[in-house]
Amino acid sequence: MYGFEALSFNIHGGYLEAIVRGHRSGLLTTADYNNLCQCETLDDIKMHLSATEYGPYLQNEPSPLHTTTIVEKCTLKLVDDYKHMLCQATEPLSTFLEYITYGHMIDNVVLIVTGTLHERDVQELLEKCHPLGMFDSIATLAVAQNMRELYRLVLVDTPLAPYFSECITSEDLDDMNIEIMRNTLYKAYLEDFYRFCQKLGGATAEIMSDLLAFEADRRAVNITINSYPYGHEELAVCEDIDQVRAVMEKYPPYQSIFAKLSYGESQMLDKAFYEEEVKRHCLAFEQQFHYAVFFAYMRLREQEIRNLMWISECVAQNQKSRVHDSVVFIF
Amino acid sequence: MSSSAIIAAHSSSWAAALVRISPYTFSAIGIAVSIGVSVLGAAWGIYITGSSLIGAAIKAPRITSKNLISVIFCEAVAIYGVIVAIILQTKLESVPKASIYEPESLRAGYAIFASGLIVGFANLVCGLCVGIIGSSCALSDAQNSSLFVKILVIEIFGSALGLFGVIVGIIMSAQATWPSKF
Repeated sequence: MYGFEALSFNIHGGYLEAIVRGHRSGLLTTADYNNLCQCETLDDIKMHLSATEYGPYLQNEPSPLHTTTIVEKCTLKLVDDYKHMLCQATEPLSTFLEYITYGHMIDNVVLIVTGTLHERDVQELLEKCHPLGMFDSIATLAVAQNMRELYRLVLVDTPLAPYFSECITSEDLDDMNIEIMRNTLYKAYLEDFYRFCQKLGGATAEIMSDLLAFEADRRAVNITINSYPYGHEELAVCEDIDQVRAVMEKYPPYQSIFAKLSYGESQMLDKAFYEEEVKRHCLAFEQQFHYAVFFAYMRLREQEIRNLMWISECVAQNQKSRVHDSVVFIF
Repeated sequence: MSSSAIIAAHSSSWAAALVRISPYTFSAIGIAVSIGVSVLGAAWGIYITGSSLIGAAIKAPRITSKNLISVIFCEAVAIYGVIVAIILQTKLESVPKASIYEPESLRAGYAIFASGLIVGFANLVCGLCVGIIGSSCALSDAQNSSLFVKILVIEIFGSALGLFGVIVGIIMSAQATWPSKF
């Protein structure tokens, strides 16, 4: 019953909620980002990060660092945190935590299929996959020739199986179809996750439905902008970004995002959406005794890793003036 | 003859059935509720606050010693229940068989029953209240140590609820005078 979760949530979720809030206090702050933005070389970045939670993960790296190493080690920390929480969790929290990773699984599947299409080596592709989205039979994806085989050979045993009912066709896999497949899968995943949260009820349902709805809206806008005239509802009749803007400004949450962009600019849209996403995810921590804090923590960490990647790339390529273009401060 | 005596005279009415239950039954149930439900409230509160405290102390070990106060407040609730149960059981006296169902005996039995219920349920909700606040207190203290004392004030108000129950329960039980033995 909504409002009385405090009476029974802590039986199974109290310890893990406290752990995830402890992890949240380890997220990098504005002061940390300012220090990192002042760095001259990647070794400086490593030195600054050694004072944060990432210290133990980076300290053993040999001196000529690459940006990919930094990002890989930070992602490894996220994966370790996640696995620690997952093995301590009981139902339904364990199912909830698994749902968080299905998005990465979809991305990995699409990565391998696209890479195979372009004749890349399977091992090389496997190394590029996101570790949170790995599953056992992922390497066999390289063998499939069309979507039906893809489903029958590999995906039917994975948690992604129910999402495929809308996109099994006998067409061969090519770039366009793969993108459409990715978006169809992601849509089915968001709807499934939404239904699962509604079944959980209470504060989890309320907060997660807001976060998932924002994610869905963001993807819809991105798809529209990148591929008009495909889109949905009113967005479907838009021809360019100014019409998208006219449509979105009718909805108050998005008014503020689009107001920040001057006419004709679309590269700042990503950053504006990320800022709004971070703001909403931080708000999820204001309430206690629900599962949305786990989802919010994972997304905030991913944003932090994106920030670190951008900063490292800017430093490595000596483009420090552009550092603030894409860094979203979390606190 | 008073009307209550007329009602009680009908041997198949509910009123008659109720007044023929021994006052000792009611007293015993009252004492059981007093200790049993208080301990339920204390235990519930302790696990709510304890699970959050353990998890939060991993990243912020400094919070453990201060936040044990929340656990102590919950424990106090169980102690109130024990004290009142001991007081109530000293109020039980034997009366001769002929006067078990006299109004005076019934009054004493009901007073002990009510006292036990009051204390038991007041301590149940007090334990829950203190436990939930203690959990939030531990999590907030782990993030920002200046919040601890402020949230502790809320907990102190919460623990007053159990005290109200104990006071009223003891006043009720002071009325439990059984008829004298002749």
